[in-house]
Amino acid sequence: MTPPLLEARDVGKVFGSVIALRGVSLLVRAGEVTCVLGDNGAGKSTLIKILSGVHGQDTGEYLLDGVPVRLGGPREALDRGIATVYQDLAMIPLMSVWRNFFLGSEPVTGPLRRLDVARAKRVARDELRDMGIDIRDVDQPVGTLSGGERQSVAIARAVYFGARVLILDEPTSALGVKQAGVVLRYIARARDRGLGVVFITHNPHHAFPVGDRFLLLNRGTSLGQFDKADITRDELTSLMAGGAELDQLAHELDRDGPDRDAAPGAATGP
Amino acid sequence: MTTVTADERVAGAGPLRRLLVRPELGSVVGAIAVFAFFSAQSPVFRSADGVANWLDPASTLGIMAVAIALLMIGGEFDLSAGVLTGTTGLVMVTLATRYGWNVWAAMLAGLVLALAVGFANGLLVVRTKLPSFIVTLGTFLMLQGLNLGVTKALTGTVQVSGLRRAEGYQAARSLLAGSVSVGGVEFRVAIFWWIGVTVLATWVLMRSRAGNWIFAVGGNEQAARAVGVPAARTKIVLFMTTATAAWLVGSILALRFTSVQANSGIGQEFIYIIAAVIGGCLLTGGYGSAIGASIGAVIFGMADKGIVFAGWDADWFKFFLGAMLLLATLANRLVRRYAEEVRR
Repeated sequence: MTPPLLEARDVGKVFGSVIALRGVSLLVRAGEVTCVLGDNGAGKSTLIKILSGVHGQDTGEYLLDGVPVRLGGPREALDRGIATVYQDLAMIPLMSVWRNFFLGSEPVTGPLRRLDVARAKRVARDELRDMGIDIRDVDQPVGTLSGGERQSVAIARAVYFGARVLILDEPTSALGVKQAGVVLRYIARARDRGLGVVFITHNPHHAFPVGDRFLLLNRGTSLGQFDKADITRDELTSLMAGGAELDQLAHELDRDGPDRDAAPGAATGP
Repeated sequence: MTTVTADERVAGAGPLRRLLVRPELGSVVGAIAVFAFFSAQSPVFRSADGVANWLDPASTLGIMAVAIALLMIGGEFDLSAGVLTGTTGLVMVTLATRYGWNVWAAMLAGLVLALAVGFANGLLVVRTKLPSFIVTLGTFLMLQGLNLGVTKALTGTVQVSGLRRAEGYQAARSLLAGSVSVGGVEFRVAIFWWIGVTVLATWVLMRSRAGNWIFAVGGNEQAARAVGVPAARTKIVLFMTTATAAWLVGSILALRFTSVQANSGIGQEFIYIIAAVIGGCLLTGGYGSAIGASIGAVIFGMADKGIVFAGWDADWFKFFLGAMLLLATLANRLVRRYAEEVRR
């Protein structure tokens, strides 16, 4: 079997006296979606930053195609085909769609290295259409797009620029139900194109339908990495929210509990 | 999969709406209004000689306003740009008159110094992440002190003069500070430098990779860096561009008047920013145009000379300046709202 596109083995990261991440392992294969789930402060951001080359890990190994590497920065990660789409800083609102699409990798032509505007616009329009993204006008500022459309343009951009691994930081968390569905569809589309996708989220209902593998983080440590066959949606939800804690919460909130008749508020029940 | 259909909630972007979101629009309307106003007051104002007259102050201001516009689109300010025009002029005249340098060599020395100041400004801003407003306010005050201190120490007065006798003066003057006759009317050569600078800056902004990076670092520096834009380098080069423009203007003025006052250029830095803002630059960066800044400079030139042509007291100029700035900022805010309006 070919080595996985990207693998992290027992990685850890310390910031001063804070252990942000300890002993976390993650596997990403081509054409598969690996979901990273965790509540706030679980270490998701630190993990992405290690994967995307922003931070180096303090312990453990980072392997690309089975070979241990140490990335020098986000640019090197990008050059090795690891593209990261951040939730809030994916796009520049006042710039047009096509300028955003090609930002940092603009096509040039002629001896004066002039921007190839016609080609850039055509490619942006075609690529977006191929991903099923309906952009009316690639000249319109990105600020006029909805949040889901912006995420989708960022994903299409990463796919076009030859990303092999796509890291998506909470792409659905700020979106409504319908918009989140649109983004999940593009994640599936990128996966079908043979990319390895790392999908970071705190919403198991977004992760479960699209994920092939689930890594659960809690307070900087791993609760385990599960294949889809080995876990159900409810188990995932329950693990994520801290299992016993959620049971306790459900018990507290449940008005139809076994001791209902004894409860003082029972008189208001049907 | 899903079929691509037009979104029924969005009206087509007609040509008028497209025109309305151009950053230059406000300044074009303003320029037409100001021209019409002063033309009605004074027939000389609209004559060819009159035009050559008010394009003159617009030219040196315009060169600076265009450079400052690029810098502001890149999300930074440079308050030291005005005083740097004085510094480069002082260096050039001092070297040429007191140390016997050839004018061209003295100009080159001024350029090297300007580039060093621009580089220092840029490096300080990107390294310390302090607001450029503060950093360049610091260099502004330092240069102001240096200009006065060094000039007084060398000459015992607050000006250096006598450039006319320096070697190479005539050639340099005809290139940078002479006049060209077009259809019997004398136009200052600086006007053509200004047009050249505007064309070059517009090309860079709209048709080069660097232009895309300038908009990006001003619009959202983190996002730009995340996709591989060399943000720090872009900003440092922008500061050096502004410094180069200051050197060009400083040299033009020094060659023209053959002497430089030690306080030359002080107070101009805000006028450059105002011209850029009237031309559609946002104070927050990421949006604007070089042509707009040039038109902003034209408005200034027209007001500066128009008030004289109309026979008014020149004190009214400042009032006019403030009113234009307010109107332009209000117009720009509307444009920005339109451009950033988010559908969810």
